[in-house]
Amino acid sequence: MEIQLSEEEEAFRQEARAWLQEQLNGPFKELQGRGASGDQDRYVEERVAWGKVMGAAGWNCIGWPTEFGGRGCSIKEEAVFNEEYVRANGPGNVGHIGETLLGPTLIHFGSTEQQKRFLPPIVSGEEIWCQGYSEPGAGSDLANVQTKARLVGDEWVIEGQKIWTSGAQYSDWCFVLCRTDPEAPKHRGISCLLVPMKQEGIEVRPIRQMGGSSEFAEVFFDGAKAEKDHLVGGVHNGWKVAMGTLAFERGASTLGQQYLFQKEFEQVVAAARESGAAKDPILRQRIANAAIGLKIMRVNALRMLEHEGADLNREALISKLYWSNWHRDLGKLAMDLLGPEAELLDAAPYELTAMQKWYLFSRADTIYAGSNQIQRNIIGERGLGLPKEPR
Amino acid sequence: MEFSFSEDQNELRRTARRFLEVASSEARVRSAMETERGYDPATWAQLSEELAWTALTIPEEHGGLGLSYLDLHPLMEEIGRALLCAPFLSTVGLGANALMIGGSEAQKELYLPGIAAGETRATLAFAETNGRMDAAGVQASYVRNGAGYLLSGAKSYVLDGHTADLLIVAARSERSAGTGADGVSLFLVPEDADGLKRKWLPTMDQTRRLASVELHDVTVPDDALLGDEGRGWRLCERTLDLARIALAAEQVGAAEMCLEMSVEYAKVRKQFGRPIGSFQAIKHKCADMLTLVESARSAAFYASALATQGGEGLEEAASSAKAYCSDAFFHCAAEMIQIHGGIGFTWEHPAHLYFKRAKATENLFGGPAFHRERVAAQMGL
Repeated sequence: MEIQLSEEEEAFRQEARAWLQEQLNGPFKELQGRGASGDQDRYVEERVAWGKVMGAAGWNCIGWPTEFGGRGCSIKEEAVFNEEYVRANGPGNVGHIGETLLGPTLIHFGSTEQQKRFLPPIVSGEEIWCQGYSEPGAGSDLANVQTKARLVGDEWVIEGQKIWTSGAQYSDWCFVLCRTDPEAPKHRGISCLLVPMKQEGIEVRPIRQMGGSSEFAEVFFDGAKAEKDHLVGGVHNGWKVAMGTLAFERGASTLGQQYLFQKEFEQVVAAARESGAAKDPILRQRIANAAIGLKIMRVNALRMLEHEGADLNREALISKLYWSNWHRDLGKLAMDLLGPEAELLDAAPYELTAMQKWYLFSRADTIYAGSNQIQRNIIGERGLGLPKEPR
Repeated sequence: MEFSFSEDQNELRRTARRFLEVASSEARVRSAMETERGYDPATWAQLSEELAWTALTIPEEHGGLGLSYLDLHPLMEEIGRALLCAPFLSTVGLGANALMIGGSEAQKELYLPGIAAGETRATLAFAETNGRMDAAGVQASYVRNGAGYLLSGAKSYVLDGHTADLLIVAARSERSAGTGADGVSLFLVPEDADGLKRKWLPTMDQTRRLASVELHDVTVPDDALLGDEGRGWRLCERTLDLARIALAAEQVGAAEMCLEMSVEYAKVRKQFGRPIGSFQAIKHKCADMLTLVESARSAAFYASALATQGGEGLEEAASSAKAYCSDAFFHCAAEMIQIHGGIGFTWEHPAHLYFKRAKATENLFGGPAFHRERVAAQMGL
C-alpha cells in the first residue's frame, strides 16, 4: 500500500533515494542504523558531521519555506523523504529539534533578526538545538514552569532547572521557557528565551534511563545568560509560543516511522517462527492483531497526508496515541514470543538485544511529546469539543 | 490507491443520512423490530426504487448503476449509523455478489435486474447449526438426479432467510463425504421450491433477522448450479469477504453514532456542578472511541478500496477489517452504556439497540478470533 505520487514527487523520491544510498553506503556507512532509540548518545560527533553533509546537499529542513533556506516541500514530500531516510538506514538525526520545533517556531514567532541569526545554521547542520520545556514540577502541566529569567542590563539572567532534555549534552543552543513575571497568572508570565549551552552558568547532568543509556539530561541554570533580543514572540508571551511549537509537528515522520515499525514487526514474526511460538493459537492472535494494527496505522497516515492543508484532522489527532500504543504492544509481544530467551542480554555489562530495546524504550513512547493522557485530553477537547477541566 | 472519499461519495453519504433520519428514525426502527418480517416494505421500496441503493453495485448491463465498493462504503456507514432494518446486507452483500462473481450470463440476466430493482431479495445460506464459518460446516448434501439436483439437510443463521425471494444454498456432494472445500456447490433456490421450509429464528438483536432453512429433498434444475460443481466454497468465501467488507463499513457508522451520542450526552449531563465530559475519566473514554472509530474506518476503507480496484490481499483485508471493526463497534457501544449510566441500561434509550447489534454483527460472518486466525494463516504462520 503506497502513497500516491505525482511524477515530480516520484522524481523527488528517486533523487533522495539515490543520494542517501550513495552516502550511507559510502563515507557514512558506519552510521547506518546508529543513534536510534536506546543508542542516541552514541556516535554523536559523526552524526553531527553527517548533519552538515545533509545540509550542504540541501536535505535538511526541506519542509521549510525557501526564503528561510528550506525547499518548501509539501508534507507528502517530507514524508516520502523520511521514508527514504529510514529505508536507507539513516542514523538518528541530531538536528531534528532545530528542524522540527525551534525552526518552525522562529519562522512563525521570531523577529527578522532572530530568523537571520538562527535559521541558517540549523539548515546547514552547524548548530544543534535542545528543548528546555519540562521541569521537575512542570511535565504535563507545562504552564507551571518555575525557571526564572530577569533582565539585568542587556542580558537575561536565568535561574532554575530543566529536565528530560534530549541531547542537552551535545547541543549548542536551548530554547527555554522561563517565568519572566512571577506575579502574573501562570499562563501569562512566561517567556521563551534562546540560550547558548556552552557557558559558565549551565550545568548538564545526563540521566541514565532504564535501558542503561543516557539520552536525556537535567540542565541546571545558575546565573546563565541570554541576550536581551533573544526572546521569542514578545515578553510574557511564551505560553502562546510554546503551544505553537507543539502544534508545528506536521506528522511528516509518519511514513519513515512505519517503515521502521514494519521492519521491527518482521523481525518479531521471524523470531516467532523460529521459536515455534507462531504455532501457539493465542500468540497467533496477537501477531495477527499487530499485523492488522500496523496496516491500519499506514492507512491512517495516508488519509492524514491526503488531508494536507486542512485544520487539525482527526487522523492527525489520534496518530500519537495510536502508534505509541501499537509500538508498546509490539515490544511486549516480542518478549512474550521469545520465552526464556527474552531474558538474555547481548553482552555484559548491559548490552540489550534489539527486542529488549523495543520492549524497554517503547515505554517512553507513551510519555514523551505529550503523554497518552495528554493526547486523550487533546483528542477530547479539540477533536470532540468536550469541555476543558476547570482550572 | 487514493485515501479519501470523492465528492460524489460524500454527496451519497449526505443524501443517505437525510433519507435515513426519517425512514430509519428510532421510532421506525422500533416498529420494524416488532415485526416477524423485520423491515418495513414501504421503506424497502423507497430505498430500492427511488434511491436505487439495491442497484448501486450491479453492472449497468444488468439494470444496475455500475458503481464500486467504495461508493457502497459511505452508504453502509449511514445504514449502520441509523440501524436500518432491511434485508439490504443480505441482498446486496451476499445475493448480488454471489451472482456477480459466480453467475453465468443467463443467471445474471435472470436475477440481477430484479435485485437491482428491489423486487428480488436474495441471501446466502451457507452456515448450519454447527456454527462453523469454514467449509467443514457445510453438511447439507446434494446428489444429481435426472432432473437436476436433489438437496437435503438444514441450514441455519441464514440472514433474512425467512423473507428472501432467492436463496443461494451451499451443499456438499454426497460423494465427497469430506469436510474440505472440495465438493461444496452453490445452488439457486427460489423461495417457493417444493420441500423448502423456512423459519424465523428470534434473535437478541431485533434489528436484523436470522432464519433456519430446511431442505426436504428439494429438487432444482441443472441451471440452478452457481459456478462450477464442487468448487462452490471458493465462491462462497469470496462472496462472504465482500459482505464482510460491507458489514465492517456498517460497523464503522454504528460505532461513530455511539461516539456521537456519548459525546453529546457528556456535554449536557452535569454532575458535581459540571458537564461529565469535562472529567478526564469520561473524556478519555471518548478519545479512545474516536481513535477506534477512525482506525476502523481506515481498515474498512482500505478493504473497500481493494475490492474496488482488485488485486492481491482481499481476504486478509476483509478479515482485518471485520476483526477490527467488530471490536471497535462493540467497545464503543459498551462505553456508550457506561457513559450514559442508568439511562443507558433502559429499554427506552437506544443504547441497547447498538449494543445488541454490535454483538450480532461481531458474530455474523465470523467473529474477531476467527478472522485474526485467518490473517495469521494468510501471513503463512
